[in-house]
Amino acid sequence: MAHRWGMVIDLDRCTGCEACVAACHAENNIATISASEAARGRTMHWIHVERYWEGEFPNIRARFRPVLCQQCDAAPCEPVCPTYASYHNPEGLNAQVYNRCIGTRYCANACPYSARYFNWFDPAWDKPLQLQLNPDVSVRESGVMEKCTFCSQRILAAEIKAKTENRELRDGEVKPACVQSCPPTAMVFGDLNDRHSEVSRLSRSVRATTLLAEVGTLPKVTYLERESSHGDE
Amino acid sequence: MATNKTDPGKMIDLAPEKIRRDLLLPVFHTSRRYYLLVFVLVAIGLPGMFVYLYQMSEGLGVAGITRPIFWGFYITNFVFWIGISHAGTLISAILRLCNAEWRRPVTRCAEAITVFALAIGAQYPIIHLGRSWLFFWLIPYPSERGIWPNFRSPLVWDFFAISTYITGSLTFLLLPIIPDWAMVRDRATGLRKRVYTVLALGWRGTPREWHRLEVAMRIMAVTILPVAVSVHTIVSWDFAMAPVPMWHSTVFGPYFVAGAIFSGIAALIVVMALVRKAMHLEEYLKPVHFDNLGKLLLVMSLLWLYFIFAERLTVWYGNEPSEMAAFWSIQRGRFTVLFWMMVCCNFLIPFPILAIKKLRTIVGTVIASSTIVVGMWMERFLIVVPPLEHKYLPYDWGRYSPTWVEITITIGTLMGMILLYVLFAKFVPMISIWELKGGQRPTPMPEQANATADQAALRLGHPIPSTNT
Repeated sequence: MAHRWGMVIDLDRCTGCEACVAACHAENNIATISASEAARGRTMHWIHVERYWEGEFPNIRARFRPVLCQQCDAAPCEPVCPTYASYHNPEGLNAQVYNRCIGTRYCANACPYSARYFNWFDPAWDKPLQLQLNPDVSVRESGVMEKCTFCSQRILAAEIKAKTENRELRDGEVKPACVQSCPPTAMVFGDLNDRHSEVSRLSRSVRATTLLAEVGTLPKVTYLERESSHGDE
Repeated sequence: MATNKTDPGKMIDLAPEKIRRDLLLPVFHTSRRYYLLVFVLVAIGLPGMFVYLYQMSEGLGVAGITRPIFWGFYITNFVFWIGISHAGTLISAILRLCNAEWRRPVTRCAEAITVFALAIGAQYPIIHLGRSWLFFWLIPYPSERGIWPNFRSPLVWDFFAISTYITGSLTFLLLPIIPDWAMVRDRATGLRKRVYTVLALGWRGTPREWHRLEVAMRIMAVTILPVAVSVHTIVSWDFAMAPVPMWHSTVFGPYFVAGAIFSGIAALIVVMALVRKAMHLEEYLKPVHFDNLGKLLLVMSLLWLYFIFAERLTVWYGNEPSEMAAFWSIQRGRFTVLFWMMVCCNFLIPFPILAIKKLRTIVGTVIASSTIVVGMWMERFLIVVPPLEHKYLPYDWGRYSPTWVEITITIGTLMGMILLYVLFAKFVPMISIWELKGGQRPTPMPEQANATADQAALRLGHPIPSTNT
């Protein structure tokens, strides 16, 4: 049976440390953006942590929600792309083919999560970050769209490894950079088609919700809502 | 209206030779002022082209668009120009089909706007691309990449709609020019004669040729109407198909078509007044034409108001939080001034001018039309930008303001549009001469085809002396 990759993020566990953001940048060759460009809203973080304040002072708490591409089953970004740069791959991932992208940015407008990032200029890295580019991931030129891939290079590597060893992939064998680096293990990644996988089990939890469910995008990222809003920490 | 009902075709009662002399004058004579005008247009417009090259080499980041406002001035201009293009072909086709006699001096002015506005508007989806040089990937052709364009994408529909419309309206413009170019050919000498001989496509004015022209124009007029309506509907679907609050609306199709016709008529009136003044065509483009088009504009102004009201009422009544964010940013936020300026330009100022008969003069309609053209640009901006600034998740909200790059390119293409029009007016009589000659509409009957001596003479194989009529 084909894989159907999904993620579960436990909001009770997330501390907002942003290790996932740093890991993602390092893994996926995401360019660093200058301060002036960032001020214009052109930051690039395939995953970013949103902070909310809950309650009234002094009983105030910071809440965090990491947001990445939700890898929707009914992804609004896919049908609008005129060149099939944004397409649904057989494993259910919303793939972005950089070489096919001509930069209409229609997908980014259509995405309700604003999870897509445009290369306004050719990519550049703050020294010495240019020395640690990941050879498994292509860098993207000026004028194309990019976004979270669920670390498809890691998925591919694990699948090839399993194939050479003539076995099935084990649950938890594939870990995207964000999942791997999460200190409180708030993030779980795996195959939703495998009913016994941890991600599949957690996504059926009573706490499971999806972001902007009302838009009807059928995301494959599930958030486990907080069990209580106050005094549990 | 009364005049042309009682006296159809007699609205312009001038000797055929005078008509010919007046209307062919710009083709044969170029004034110094004309060269100056062309120079000024090129001088103002050319920087736009260099700035576009600069944008291509540096990256789209030099423009003001940002995340999440991925579309800004360029798409606004695209929608605006495609709207303006509805001036011509649509209006002229309707008037032709209704046999409105007063249309005769108006049609060519209008059809030319269509072709040039499309030529300018169609550049914007290319200018706005991150990788402009790959725009041809939208064209379905068997490529080495082995994939076709995505036919589910409204942008691919756009490509088909606009290329159909530009082909159709170019045909619609060129067909009735052929007899006029033949007329120039018969009067010209030297290089000009050689050029116009090619352009006139061997037109001789036989009854059979007139008949074919007549039939072709009728077919084109009927086919171009659904094309024109569909083009702006499809442009509206660029927005309506994306789940963006305030874009995702079923009213967008008719709303855009109505707005397009509205801005199109307004542009036509402004252009007609300029042509009339610059080329001294006061005897041809008369107050009655402005009056009639003014009435049409009045109706469209009311229709526009109805649509803007209907759109806003349903959003407000539905009270979806995501939509209300964009809604309030227009009604009570950063775009409120622009919104009310738009209402002034599109309704509050033009409505009384167009509704009161005494004010519906040439000057009156031109003032009303100028504000409408500006107002409709604001309308397009308010459709594109505020919803993108307020998508679903508040932490993703952003702000858009254009940079000098977008402004220079916008000015450049405006100058380009005027330049195309000015050049057109030089090489083509701005009023269709053969259509104007009242009662001389071509018919397949040979005894009536001698309406112009030239054509009769040609038919009989006589050489034509260029001064004789």
